[in-house]
Amino acid sequence: MSYPADLKYTKDHEWIRLTGEIAEIGITEFAQDQLGDVVFVELPDPGRKVTAGESCGTIESVKAVSELFAPMSGEVIEVNPVLKDHPEAVNTKPYETWMVKVRLSDPQAAASLLDNAQYEALTRS
Amino acid sequence: MVPYAGWDMPVEYSGITNEHLAVRTRAGVFDVSHMGEIEVAGKGALEAVQRISSNDAAALKVGQAQYAGLLTPDGTFVDDMLVYRMAPSHFMLVVNAANTAKDFAWISEQVKVAGDAAVVDSSSRYALVAIQGPAAREVLQPLTGVELSDIRYYWFSYGEVAGARVTISRTGYTGEDGYEIFVPPNMADRVWQALLESGRSADVIPCGLGARDTLRLEAAMRLYGNDIDESTTALEAGLGWTIGWKKGDFIGRERLLAQKERGLARTLVGFEMLERGIARPGYTVVANGDSVGTVTSGTQTPFLKKAIGMAYVPVALAALGSQIDIDIRGRATKAQVVPLPFYKRVMGSGVI
Repeated sequence: MSYPADLKYTKDHEWIRLTGEIAEIGITEFAQDQLGDVVFVELPDPGRKVTAGESCGTIESVKAVSELFAPMSGEVIEVNPVLKDHPEAVNTKPYETWMVKVRLSDPQAAASLLDNAQYEALTRS
Repeated sequence: MVPYAGWDMPVEYSGITNEHLAVRTRAGVFDVSHMGEIEVAGKGALEAVQRISSNDAAALKVGQAQYAGLLTPDGTFVDDMLVYRMAPSHFMLVVNAANTAKDFAWISEQVKVAGDAAVVDSSSRYALVAIQGPAAREVLQPLTGVELSDIRYYWFSYGEVAGARVTISRTGYTGEDGYEIFVPPNMADRVWQALLESGRSADVIPCGLGARDTLRLEAAMRLYGNDIDESTTALEAGLGWTIGWKKGDFIGRERLLAQKERGLARTLVGFEMLERGIARPGYTVVANGDSVGTVTSGTQTPFLKKAIGMAYVPVALAALGSQIDIDIRGRATKAQVVPLPFYKRVMGSGVI
């Protein structure tokens, strides 16, 4: 499985792509593999304020439901429109298929996220 | 791989959706060796099986199988099973893996009362490989001298598959036509490989527990531990057709008869979500703000592409078309009672 070096990760198996104060958030290849075929994704409305660690969405696969957690605090500015009709993109292209874009209230908090090597170690433990 | 009743079982090989669609459109191969086999044999075998089974085993010819409940005196389920008549006084009961030890103890105890028969747990003598789907026959036929078109639905025959001595049963748990092959464990891999090889050109693939669950749910086949258990009666579960009322006494009959005369308070229904959301087992059914029942099975089905499920609801809400709400993580989500099964295969021209 691949974990691109330009992304940050959480122990909840999410990835974060940081561009200044904007973070795109999705789930990792490991997470999509564990979930199996994703059949729909329920996401927060743009404008919603989220706090790091808070549940802000659900990901339903054929076999299970799991929560999407906000990895960092901020305001949701966009949800990926592709997911409404093509939730399976989460399985086929996990790193291209961001779920939410968040304007971070404290971009420096990214320092506490995992890098790809740390995350990969976690998936193997 | 997941632990399952003492077995390590794959949930999926290539993805539940892919496997599910393969079975509906071509065929899939399942390793269901975890299923338990309990044999009842001897002079009093028929009487013993008649006592423990809800269905009428006397109606079975040698070479025929039937679905039945293994019931408690309350008419609820110790387990559900397929009853195979191997010989006039020899039956094989195919039961759920998680229940095999419990079933064996229960049956042994009952048979002691009923009479002259031996009860043997022969689960370790059989592996079970299933091939299910419209292409099942054309994939299996080249591997065996048994003329498969001679085996009718819910009948079985003996022969060889890929050189292994087997029992071939035209049964399954997917809602498709297909076969279940009882094979000695040391020959199971050979049969498995031969089926996949024979099915390669038809794109036949291995399928795991996940697809087995979504397939059986579309076909509305009950799953022990979800839809039926020791707290649900055969009548509540909508399995009145498995009750041999006319055969005389059997365990559970008295209570079921009383329940039938009194009328049911609740019953198992099928439902389809009208709003976005997937009802999962254990979710609450809500009507007018009150919790009135429980979802026992639910998923988004890969073939019908709908969120469906089964739930116990009060009979007043069980009519087709009734609107119910399912509490999906705190949100009342609309659903509608629909006929079971959700999926029924189009019968081919063969003998079924």
